[in-house]
This record gives sequence, C-alpha cells and structure tokens, in this order.
Amino acid sequence: MAGASQVLQLTDPLPLDGGGELHGAEIAYETYGTLAGDGSNAILLCHALTGDQYVASPHPVTGKPGWWERMVGPGKPIDTDRYFVVCANVVGSCMGSTGPASEAPDGKPYAMRFPVITIRDMVRGLVALLDGLGIEKLHAVVGGSMGGMQALSLAANWPDRAQRVLVIASTSRHSAQNIAFHELGRQAVMADPNWHQGDYYAQESQPDSGLAVARMAAHITYLSEEALTGKFGRNLQDRDTKSFGFDADFQVESYLRYQGSGFTRRFDANSYLYITRAMDYFDLAEEHGGKLANAFAGTEARFCLVSFDSDWLYPTAESRHVVHALNAAGAAVSFVELSAPHGHDSFLLEVPALDRVVKGFIE
Amino acid sequence: MSALRPDLAAIASAIEPGTRVLDIGCGDGALLAELRASKGVDARGIEIDGGCVERCVAQGLSVVQGDADSALADYPHKGFDYTVLSQTLQTARRPDLMLDQLLRVGKQAFVSFPNFAHWRTRSALMLGGRMPVTRSIPVSWYETQNIHHVTVKDFRELAREKNARIEREWFFANEKPVSGAANLRAEFAVFLLSR
Repeated sequence: MAGASQVLQLTDPLPLDGGGELHGAEIAYETYGTLAGDGSNAILLCHALTGDQYVASPHPVTGKPGWWERMVGPGKPIDTDRYFVVCANVVGSCMGSTGPASEAPDGKPYAMRFPVITIRDMVRGLVALLDGLGIEKLHAVVGGSMGGMQALSLAANWPDRAQRVLVIASTSRHSAQNIAFHELGRQAVMADPNWHQGDYYAQESQPDSGLAVARMAAHITYLSEEALTGKFGRNLQDRDTKSFGFDADFQVESYLRYQGSGFTRRFDANSYLYITRAMDYFDLAEEHGGKLANAFAGTEARFCLVSFDSDWLYPTAESRHVVHALNAAGAAVSFVELSAPHGHDSFLLEVPALDRVVKGFIE
Repeated sequence: MSALRPDLAAIASAIEPGTRVLDIGCGDGALLAELRASKGVDARGIEIDGGCVERCVAQGLSVVQGDADSALADYPHKGFDYTVLSQTLQTARRPDLMLDQLLRVGKQAFVSFPNFAHWRTRSALMLGGRMPVTRSIPVSWYETQNIHHVTVKDFRELAREKNARIEREWFFANEKPVSGAANLRAEFAVFLLSR
C-alpha cells in the first residue's frame, strides 16, 4: 500500500463562487522531483474528473501505477530530474482533500451539505497550495480534460502564477451535450435507493449500482466508436452463442460492467455529483463578461492547446475556440490537433506525438 | 541564414529586430526559428499540416494549426509588425482577400510567390502547349496546390487595386538575385507591402 499523501491544512477559509466559504479545508498532494532554490522549476499538474494526485506513484486503493506515468518521471517528457511536479487532489474529491465525504464541523460527513463548488474554487485551493509550498510562479501548469479547465482558469484568474499553460483535450465551457451526459450520471446515482439523499456513509450499502452506471455512461464518452469497435466489435464474452437473456453477452458489456464496478471501489458517489456539477458550471467566458478573449487580456503566459481528432467529448472545435480567443488577446499560443484513435482518453494513452509536443512546449 | 530558402532569407534580413511577426503557412518553422534566434523576434505561425505544427511546437515555437484562408480573421487589427506569406498566395482560395487580411493584421506584409511569367514557364506553355512543370512549379496541373497562378505584373496590379504600397521587392532565379526584366527573368518574387 502506497503511503498517504502529504496534506496542507488551509489556515484561511476558501471563498467559494456559490457564496460562502469553506473552513478548514485540506488539500492532499503528491510531489515528484526537487524544487529549485529559486522556485523556478515547479510544474502543477491538474487531474481530470475521477483522477487524483497519484500521477506517477501507485494508487493507494487500486495499487495501479500512477495515471500519467508514461508522461511524468525521470527522463520522461515531464522530467522529474529537472522539474518539481506537484499534483493535488481537487477540493470536492475523495482522495484526501476536503469533499462531501469529509467530516463537517459537527463531526459527521458533509454529504449533501457540502457546498456546490466550481472549477475556479478548485483552482483557489490549488493556488493556496502553491502559496503554502512557496511557489510564486509556475514554470508550467498542465492539465487534460477537467485538468485543462483548471489550467485555463488559473491562467485567466491568476495570470501571474504560470509562465506556460498546457491544455490537452479540454474546453472553455461545457456544452449541452457534456451537461446532458453528466446529468445522466448524476440521475443514475440519485436513483440508487442506497443513495439516501447523500447520507449513505453510515449505511451498510453504498450507491454503488448508480455510480457504476454513471461511470459506464461516462466511459463510453471517453472512447471513440473506432476504439470500441476495434477493441470489442460484436465479439461475445466467454460464450459461443447469444444467451437470449440479459447477461453480459457481448465483450463490450462485460468491459463496461467491469469498469463501472471497479470505479465504485475507489470513488465516492457524492464527489462524483459535486465534481460533474463543477464541470457543468464551467464557462470561462461567462466569468469574464461573456467574451472569452477578455479572460486572457494582457496575459504574458505562453499557451499550448492540444486536441485529438477522435475526441467527441471535447472536440477540436472547442480547443480552436480557445485559440481564437487567445489570438484575439494577442497571447502567444500554439495549437495542434493530433491524430489518435482512442477518443478523449487519448491524452492518457500511448500517443508519441503528444510526448513530443509536451516535452517541446515545456522546455 | 544560409540554410533558408532565398525568399525566406531576404525576408529574414529585412525584418527589424525585436518586432512581432506572423508567418502564415510557416511549414516546419525555419523562418520563425531563424528570426527568434538571430533577431529576438516574437515569432508566431499558422500552418495547416499537423506534422509540421508538431515539429514547430516541439522546438518551442508558437504555431497554431489552421487554414490560412480562415485563420487570419481572428487576429486583431495591426497586431503584428509584419505578416509573412511565403509561397502560399497562389494556393489561397481568394488571394485578393488574403492580401487584405495580411495588411489588416500586419503593419507591413511580405508576400513571396513563384512567378508564372518566368521565361521557362512561358516557353513550356508556348512551345510545349502544355501546363508548365518547371523547377519553380514542379507539380502537374492535376495535383498542384497552386490554384491561382500569378505573375509579377499581376501582383503589382493587385497591389495597386488594393491601395497597397510596394516598399521593397526582391527577385530570384536559380537561387540568385535578378535585377531588371523581373517578370521575364524571375522564378520567384518577394514583395514588402504596406497600407
């Protein structure tokens, strides 16, 4: 079992976009490499919806390797021999940072009493962590998917904190389709009789069925049709003929069930509700007078956006939309659409061109 | 600078240090890299080919993947000291509108193109009776990206119609400068325009 993460206890209350403050919040984080004496070599990695701080070290619950070990480590594109890499569990999540499963001041879990948070609230927590670690200016902030939203939010709201901003397979706003899929997931959780209006922590059973369905639906959006067809086609699972029943006849069904049930062992259902809500609320232009270019006015950071041609969750057009705004703001921006077959999940998988772009951009 | 194509070398030598440059159709970023290294230029690019963009970004250049015909519209008015369009004008859907955008986004604009009125092209057409395939126009008519062939004379006329002032001009044949009778003798032309 890997060791528990370091935890920073925030001394100041965390102000929240929804009004009010979060008191006594804790931020759990992992670091890799060594911070330079002048603090100039720090890279903040922002994790995705169901990600966590275990970027390049084994996950304490599943024992699986870190989620970006192919990108982060000694001699890797994000080289921990050169850079001090920080990754923190976002507020609202469930891997050591304060979230709905954490104890409220009355000693009971917050559950649905936890305040609804936003991407910007998550980033406020990350900025507080940077302050705590004595990192004034990041060499780079890097994130894929929801991590990319955090990177954009940091660049827009704390423009002096990062020199480079790398946003992979992400968006500046959630589309109706994005919100729709998340609502499907949330409704699956809330329809589970074990959910108990969120007060399930003391119960014998957790809303695992609902959370598993939410994960199955989401997982489909992370893969391309080509990837699903290539991986499973219409192949049957452990049988030669159809059962004429509702077992997992097809391999793709079996795979999704496995993904769903595995997920419930490492993730809190209420955290899933809160984080998907934060993503749905994300609209960087709306925060800046309705014009995305305003979000980046006067920025001196260098930006790089990467999309994947098979990603239909956050398609290339969303990255281009950000690039247009950055161009209008006169920012230094690179953008490339990489060809990869895996869909949205390409940012986590074997795409050598992504390694080269990441390495080149953060040099 | 010797590694650069002659038209790019002419452009690089004419660009003032410390300026902002947007290279439209920047390819593998040779001009941008040169300008950044030798002149401290804030160099940006637009390139349609993903492989080229990836190589540019891997060198730390700020290059956006996009189509020159549409990408320029997002850039602010006079946001750059120079725009550069090297050997791309003849591939544009509407070279005249492209020229407008170049002069809108840049205070000055470099445009280079193969001259269709070079004597080799003329003679290939006149004597051979077929669409010329020459050193400067090396691809057959059916697969070339050059959909709007242009001559030095045509370009001067377009510049006049667009109220663009020709600040400087360079002509090359056989990778060497040409002076006089440019429309007949130049394989490639480079113009620096302002408006």
